[in-house]
Amino acid sequence: MMVEDYKITSFCSIKDNKVIVDNKVLYVHEEQGTVKEFTKAIYKSLGIKYPKFYKMDTLCKLGFLATEALLRNAEKPDNQTALVLSNRSSSLATDRIHQESIANKEDYFPSPAVFVYTLPNIVLGEISIRHQFKGENAFFVSEQFDAKLLTDYSRLLLDTNKASNVICGWVNLDSNKYDVFLAIISRKGNTILTEEQLNKLYHT
Amino acid sequence: MADLQLELKEKIIEQLSLEDIEVSDIDDNDPLFGDGLGLDSIDALELIVLLEKDYGIKLKDPKEGKAIFESIGVMAAYIENNRTK
Repeated sequence: MMVEDYKITSFCSIKDNKVIVDNKVLYVHEEQGTVKEFTKAIYKSLGIKYPKFYKMDTLCKLGFLATEALLRNAEKPDNQTALVLSNRSSSLATDRIHQESIANKEDYFPSPAVFVYTLPNIVLGEISIRHQFKGENAFFVSEQFDAKLLTDYSRLLLDTNKASNVICGWVNLDSNKYDVFLAIISRKGNTILTEEQLNKLYHT
Repeated sequence: MADLQLELKEKIIEQLSLEDIEVSDIDDNDPLFGDGLGLDSIDALELIVLLEKDYGIKLKDPKEGKAIFESIGVMAAYIENNRTK
C-alpha cells in the first residue's frame, strides 16, 4: 500500500519570551513579568481584536495566540481542520486557582468563569470557536512532548479523510512556566512530516 | 446610589475581565447583556456570585438574574433594597 507523505506546512513556538513562526521571530517580550502580562503583550502586538481573549485562562490564551500567530500569514484552513494538542500539566494552573477559591468553607465563592477552564481541552474549544473549526479534536496529557503520538494521530486523521489539515502540538503551562509548539500538518509544503522532524522542530 | 453604580461598574470590569472597557464607557441604562456590554451566560453566573459575596444577596432562582441584571441602574436599585452587607 502506498503511504502518502504529509508535510509540516508551518510551525510556531512560544518559548523564552518569544513568539517564533517558521524560524522567524514574530515578537520578543523585553520585560520580565508574568505569563499573563506576556500573553497580553502578544495579543496587542499581533493587533488581534477578540474581546473574549481576556476572559480565557492563561493556558487557553497561549493556545489561542500560537494559533493566531501560525495562521497569520497562512492560507486560511477550512472548517474540517482537526486539532490534536497535548501537554504535561493539564489545566493545573487554573485548577489551583479554583482549589484556592473552595479551600475555605467560611469564604466559599468559586468563580464560574474560572471553573469552566478546569479542563485542558477547553483550549480546543476556544480555538475552534475562533476559527470555526468543526474537524475532530483531541487533547492528550503525557509526560513529555510525544512526536510519535502527534505524527501518528495526524496521519490517521488525514489518511481516513477525517480532516483536511491538522494543527497539532504542545501547549503547556505550570505556574509561570510555559512551553508552546504548534504545527500545521497538511499536503502542502516542503518539509515532510516525520516523527524525527517534528521532534527536531519542537526542540529548536 | 451614584457611588454604588460606579462601584458596580468597576467590579464588573474587574470580575468579568472587560479589559478594553472603561467605567465611562458604561451608561447606567445600557443593557448588560445582548447588544450592550455583550455579557454571556458565564458572566451572569459571575454576577450572581458577586451579589452574594459582596452584598450578601442570595438569589433563590438564577432566572431572577435576567431582570436584576438588566442594567447598572436596575442592578444598583436592587442591591440598595436587598443588601445585607
